[in-house]
Amino acid sequence: MRGALVAQRARRGGQKIWALRWVSVAVILVGWFVYYPILNNFLVSTTNQDIFTGDVTNVGFENYRRLVADPVVRTAFVNNSLYALLSLVFQVFGAFCLAAVIEIMRSEKWRNIWRAIYFIPSAISTTVTGLLFYFIYQPNIGILDGMLTGLGLGQYARVWLGDGSTAIYAIIAMSQWQGFGYSTLLFSIAIQKIPQELYDAARMDGAGPLRQFWSITAPLTREMTGMMIIVTVTGAFQVFNEVMVMTAGGPNNSSQVLGTWLYEQGFNQNDMGYAAAVGSLIFGITMLCGVAQLWYTRRRRVLL
Amino acid sequence: MSAARQPAPAFWPAMIRAFLWAFLLAMGVLVIYPLLWMALGGFKSNSQIFDSPFALPESWSLRNYVAAWHATQGYLISSLMVTAVSTVATVLISAWTAFGLTRTAMPAKPLLIGFVLGGMMLSPTVALVPLVRMLQSLGIYDTHGALILLYTAFRVPFTTFLIRAYMLDLPRDLDEAAMMDGATPGQIFRKVILPLCQPIIISCVVLHILFAWNEYLFAMIFTNSPSVQTLPVGLTSMMSKQGTNFAAVFAAMTISALPIVIIFFLTQRYFIRGLTEGIGK
Repeated sequence: MRGALVAQRARRGGQKIWALRWVSVAVILVGWFVYYPILNNFLVSTTNQDIFTGDVTNVGFENYRRLVADPVVRTAFVNNSLYALLSLVFQVFGAFCLAAVIEIMRSEKWRNIWRAIYFIPSAISTTVTGLLFYFIYQPNIGILDGMLTGLGLGQYARVWLGDGSTAIYAIIAMSQWQGFGYSTLLFSIAIQKIPQELYDAARMDGAGPLRQFWSITAPLTREMTGMMIIVTVTGAFQVFNEVMVMTAGGPNNSSQVLGTWLYEQGFNQNDMGYAAAVGSLIFGITMLCGVAQLWYTRRRRVLL
Repeated sequence: MSAARQPAPAFWPAMIRAFLWAFLLAMGVLVIYPLLWMALGGFKSNSQIFDSPFALPESWSLRNYVAAWHATQGYLISSLMVTAVSTVATVLISAWTAFGLTRTAMPAKPLLIGFVLGGMMLSPTVALVPLVRMLQSLGIYDTHGALILLYTAFRVPFTTFLIRAYMLDLPRDLDEAAMMDGATPGQIFRKVILPLCQPIIISCVVLHILFAWNEYLFAMIFTNSPSVQTLPVGLTSMMSKQGTNFAAVFAAMTISALPIVIIFFLTQRYFIRGLTEGIGK
């Protein structure tokens, strides 16, 4: 009797262990290629590596000391922050308003058409859009300066990417062009989930469209807005492709972001230890965002 | 699906509607015009690109497109390979994982959920430096396999997150009934749960195709030979090689953007439906 119970329990335990097979592939893959390299990055950041001789010398926190004193890191940090700020304005706030305007339309066909059109740039690779805007910003063949001149604003025409004071803004503008349709789509989806009865009731009470927006649409999409804010800020500190393709951080490091500075140090200057230290900085910032996200979603019962 | 589905009330005057329409239209032009300019540039001659950037092409010759097609073919095949294999791998592994995390009893489940989904927070840039050494010592540096492995590993957390959220909301009666009938977990997964998850699976497939087709950072750093490089990397190296032949570069850009735009339009409805049902639950 007792033996049977133990056997049954053991069998159940065995089944439980055997159930691990479902997650084993993911755990091994993610552990090996995502977690392990990121942990390893900290080790690398405390060394100096000579790629020609293969010598590795332990330098403790020397790379971090350099990091704090590096003026380009400061520029890059400011640029990443600008990226985050402007993306919040256009890709979160702007896209949210746009989604609200689209969802107010009566024709479902047109709602779908606008959302789809705005989404197109998000489907295209940043390499293509980056190259495209690289051309658009060119003074001779580009259409931006040509348009400004045509509108009688010729005095504002300039070498957008070759000018240290405008390069990063030109890149950020491209990024807004590319990304706003994606967030508009997500906000549209969130707005669609709001029960129609709420709007009907509000209308009965005589609330106008603006009032409905502030009292129903905005509060009931807070979950999505919160997620989008965190995702946008995280993304802004990981940005790499568009900067690499359009300016590679130039002119004079004025459009450098943390990601491209890591690349420049590690793969052009072959200073892997320092590049890893820049990586740690990116890690720290995105981790803060990640913890904020976790805290936010826990509170709003999305996760688990 | 909000405010003014019913007949327009008095406070919603035609003026505001006209203004909103004009605004939406202007935004549409802002999005489409640069892309159109790119596609048209592929038809122009190089001198026309310089002399009259705004004009329509003088002739609709496909010469640049044919040249770009030949120049990008190898990259195209690499992109197709890497995208197809990593999409199947990512979605299958994520569906397995999501099933395990929602439908089976296993030890340390909360920990495993945290571990897999926590991978979403880790960015590829941070892993870059150590990955170089790792891939070299595995002997897969500069191979399609390296990209497939990395694309799968870095996207499994997010894809699992989406599928798991969907599975959590599926009614339990069906798999309980199947269990009563003596179905094994494997059968329940294949015959009951997976078919029910079709909308979110389609969304995940589309999202992964968008990611893998467009990925640049890993592809640039972990591949060297033209036969292995994917389209985004191929485009930039084409740019530096044929820097002066802009028309061919425009054509190549259009060729690499077109498949993904077509895929988006073909799958749009399913894609949006899956996201709608999968998000914010």
